[in-house]
Amino acid sequence: MDPSEAAVSFHDVSYHLPNGRQILKQLSFEVARGEVLVLLGRSGSGKTTALKLVNRLLEHSSGEVRVEGRSNREWDVIELRRHIGYAIQEVGLFPHYSVERNIAIVPTIQNWPAERIRGRVEELIRLVGLDCAVAGRYPHQLSGGQRQRVGVARALAADPPILLMDEPFGALDPLTRADLQREFAALQKSMKKTVLFVTHDLREALLLGTRIALLDEGRLVSLDAAGEFRRSSEPLAAKYMQAFWGTSDQGRGQQ
Amino acid sequence: MNLWNFLVQNRLDMAQLALEHLWMVGISTLIAVAIGIPLGILISWRPVLRNPVIAAANVIQTIPSLALFGFLLPAPWIGERAGRLAILALTLYALLPLIRNTYAGIEGVDRAVVEAARGMGLTDWQLLLKVELPLASSVILAGIRVAIVISVGLATIAAAIGAGGLGELIFRGLAMVNNSVILAGAIPAALMALAADVLLGWLERRLAPQRA
Repeated sequence: MDPSEAAVSFHDVSYHLPNGRQILKQLSFEVARGEVLVLLGRSGSGKTTALKLVNRLLEHSSGEVRVEGRSNREWDVIELRRHIGYAIQEVGLFPHYSVERNIAIVPTIQNWPAERIRGRVEELIRLVGLDCAVAGRYPHQLSGGQRQRVGVARALAADPPILLMDEPFGALDPLTRADLQREFAALQKSMKKTVLFVTHDLREALLLGTRIALLDEGRLVSLDAAGEFRRSSEPLAAKYMQAFWGTSDQGRGQQ
Repeated sequence: MNLWNFLVQNRLDMAQLALEHLWMVGISTLIAVAIGIPLGILISWRPVLRNPVIAAANVIQTIPSLALFGFLLPAPWIGERAGRLAILALTLYALLPLIRNTYAGIEGVDRAVVEAARGMGLTDWQLLLKVELPLASSVILAGIRVAIVISVGLATIAAAIGAGGLGELIFRGLAMVNNSVILAGAIPAALMALAADVLLGWLERRLAPQRA
């Protein structure tokens, strides 16, 4: 496998619903190995849809999505998904499983030996900043922030090289969200996963993203390094910056 | 002759009829579970089948029980023995609550949990066995509970085609215009339904998913 090759890439990908409504229009971009590519856009811009095309929770209508250089249609869909960690805003922990078993789901269905699973679960619980005492608890006994930490640990369980994250911190209170964002940024520094991160929050995009892909009505309107985003000439990007910095924004030279 | 004397004098007879009753209900429920739960799963996988399957089960439910026993009489093998006939009819009546509750239970599983499970790479079978059925179990059990309570009541009518059970006392009592004999059939049947209801209700609460 060529290390310089993109971990995930979209080539003229379109997606429309069975009723014909087009959600994504000829999307093309590449996600380099080890980078965090943020898909930024307002509700309905198609960012979540784009994410679900990668692990084939949705099937694209035309074009090609490649994972590790191979069309994701050539992958066995189960193998593809186990190669890619998946974390969502609602978390989706199994309510009838303890924290420990939730984290161990993928290793368990991959038949890891019990000893190795136990070690890995302990490691992950510490990695996402939880106390080992939560291992035996059930999801309904956790706070929102703890649940999302467990969700991230679960996504990382089998050490997948690619992570898909759909507004994972979106439902948390601002302080908890800031904690998790900071910790995730630190974690990512050491993990170097390839991450596709969906958000509508520019602050989060700037904090976590290596690059920011701005989507609007199913089109990619700009793709910049996070540091370049504020200087983008794209009007929508400017609008985001304006909303972020407040209307009294001065000296940025464009509307 | 009062009810108590009747029960004491006929206790062996009573036990025999109660056993017949339990047997009909038990066997028909088992068969209905074996058919109804897979059908409920099938229609959650293949939504095009949902309406026809539920409609068919609904139609069966609307056939008056005496008429259904009559319809089934000419069926080969089944029609030869009243017991078989009664079990088949009770099975058919028990299908609707089982199919509907299995389907509703699976559809009621939190979408986010299903999506996360798929996203992690669970196969359809793993999703069914590890997520959907465990989380639907209390709703499915509620369906079994309804099916059993209906069956205990309906099985009394099976006596009309000579299948035995506690209904026999009810029909005998009706023919003799003797309320004690009617009650000797009706009260144990009612107690049986109540006992099944309480027992399964308790199980259902134990299986209910943790509050999310």
